[in-house]
Amino acid sequence: MKKTVVISALAAALTCAGAVGPAGADPVDEQLTIDGEAMITRAKAPEGHPFDEVLSGWLFRTVETRALETDSFTNPGMLEVETGEALWNKVEGTAGKSCASCHGDAAESMKGVAAHYPKWDPETKRPINIELQINKCREKNMGAEPYAFDKGGQKPLTAYIKHQSLGMPVSLDLSEGDMQSWWDKGKERYYLRTGQLNLSCASCHEVSMGKMIRADHLSQGQINGFPTYRLKQGHLISVHNRFRGCIRDTRASYPKAFSDELMALEVYVTWRGTGLSVETPAVRQ
Amino acid sequence: MRLTRRQALGLSAGAIAFAATGLRAVPASASPEDAQKRIMDFTGGKTPESGKITLNAPEIAENGNTVPVSFEVESAMGGDDLVDSVMIVAEANPSPAVATFHFTELSGAAAATTRMRLAKTQNVIAVAKMKDGSVYMDKKEVKVTIGGCGG
Amino acid sequence: MAAPKPRVKVPKTASAGDIITIKTLISHTMESGQRKDKDGKPIPRKIINKFTCEFNGQKVFECDLDPAISANPFFEFNAKVNESGAFKFTWVDDDGSVYSSESKIEVK
Repeated sequence: MKKTVVISALAAALTCAGAVGPAGADPVDEQLTIDGEAMITRAKAPEGHPFDEVLSGWLFRTVETRALETDSFTNPGMLEVETGEALWNKVEGTAGKSCASCHGDAAESMKGVAAHYPKWDPETKRPINIELQINKCREKNMGAEPYAFDKGGQKPLTAYIKHQSLGMPVSLDLSEGDMQSWWDKGKERYYLRTGQLNLSCASCHEVSMGKMIRADHLSQGQINGFPTYRLKQGHLISVHNRFRGCIRDTRASYPKAFSDELMALEVYVTWRGTGLSVETPAVRQ
Repeated sequence: MRLTRRQALGLSAGAIAFAATGLRAVPASASPEDAQKRIMDFTGGKTPESGKITLNAPEIAENGNTVPVSFEVESAMGGDDLVDSVMIVAEANPSPAVATFHFTELSGAAAATTRMRLAKTQNVIAVAKMKDGSVYMDKKEVKVTIGGCGG
Repeated sequence: MAAPKPRVKVPKTASAGDIITIKTLISHTMESGQRKDKDGKPIPRKIINKFTCEFNGQKVFECDLDPAISANPFFEFNAKVNESGAFKFTWVDDDGSVYSSESKIEVK
């Protein structure tokens, strides 16, 4: 009985939103360019993908939100990317080093790097994302404190490093280490229904993709633009924050950032966006 | 009383809407009268005519926290044909004031773009005050949508 | 919060009499005074309340900002340039801090 009520509530929410939302819920047929450079917002899905075509969340947003991302000056997320640049060059820790001491100019050394993250980390025997890679460097090479989740320079520095791959297509190497089994675990989590609303990631971003949930146009839930500037919060939002927020919205308790569950989910969801350009910092509602 | 299916659906949708907004403090709104008073203070009691100024704002704002807004006033911006200032007000925000722009001959054009916060669906009004004291206005309704997920 | 950081975009060159477009952005939370913290206490207002643009010491454009301006205030506006010189941009915070930035333009 309980389940029926919840399902009808969701159906009602979707129906109501559809009635008042903007007409037409198709993603737009437009080309995203950032400072004149063309981005890939539609890509042929990799084998085994539930969709034929992988679509950037940009295609699901209103004309005003879309416009914010097309110019790196008007994109408010770039303010934090600039903060990240300063952090890249800032000496911290007992070794007296900055990121730049080893990696030099990020525009060269980091170009394309983040397009292939998460990667397999043989030392910890789990996937590693940019945030954790930064922390590893800080601890091992700089003698600095690792950043706590979403704190200190974690978001701006992650955004700065990912921004060096702007426009480059996302692709993961699942043959490294145990990446495939983490992908499997992530897939399981993606389809796992949780919370009082009994929703999985797929309920919204696969089954209902393109529909309106109240006034929100549901996208494929791609993460190629994270950390993303969200108009709602007015600052950058990290991917693990977004995962936790989504799971919380199903009215479930949610896993810790960088936990095995969410790392597996990051591997799998990143793969679902294979071929899309890195858009960091994307602008969303 | 037996609920019809339609009523049951309405109720449950309402419950979701309530749950989504229940945690947020909803500040008191200004009224169209407050906005009107502010406009009159700005114009020195003159009722603005329509024309000369064009206000641009989205018909539907995807998020009320960041709504692009721009305006332009027809003016040579030289000699006697000058725009002194432009005020933007939002009728149903906690306080109607949004911003007031001041121009000079060096402005070249009486136009500007910024980003504003709108608490809910409401009218946004731009009033232009010319150097000669005449006043003009334009009004747009912006629908502020309530997202599906807070995230 | 880190110190607000202004960004401005001004063309490097123009012809005399041109009307150019200027864009500015500054990092600032623009705390509206309408929000409450976790304990239900109102968070005091702290916004940038004034923005000015001057060219060679003369006023070009000014804006009085109210709390309804979004975080990270953005402005796009115009300026008529008749001679080479420098634009000076200033942002005034509720706490009295003033943030500024300068950009030169060459007029041919």
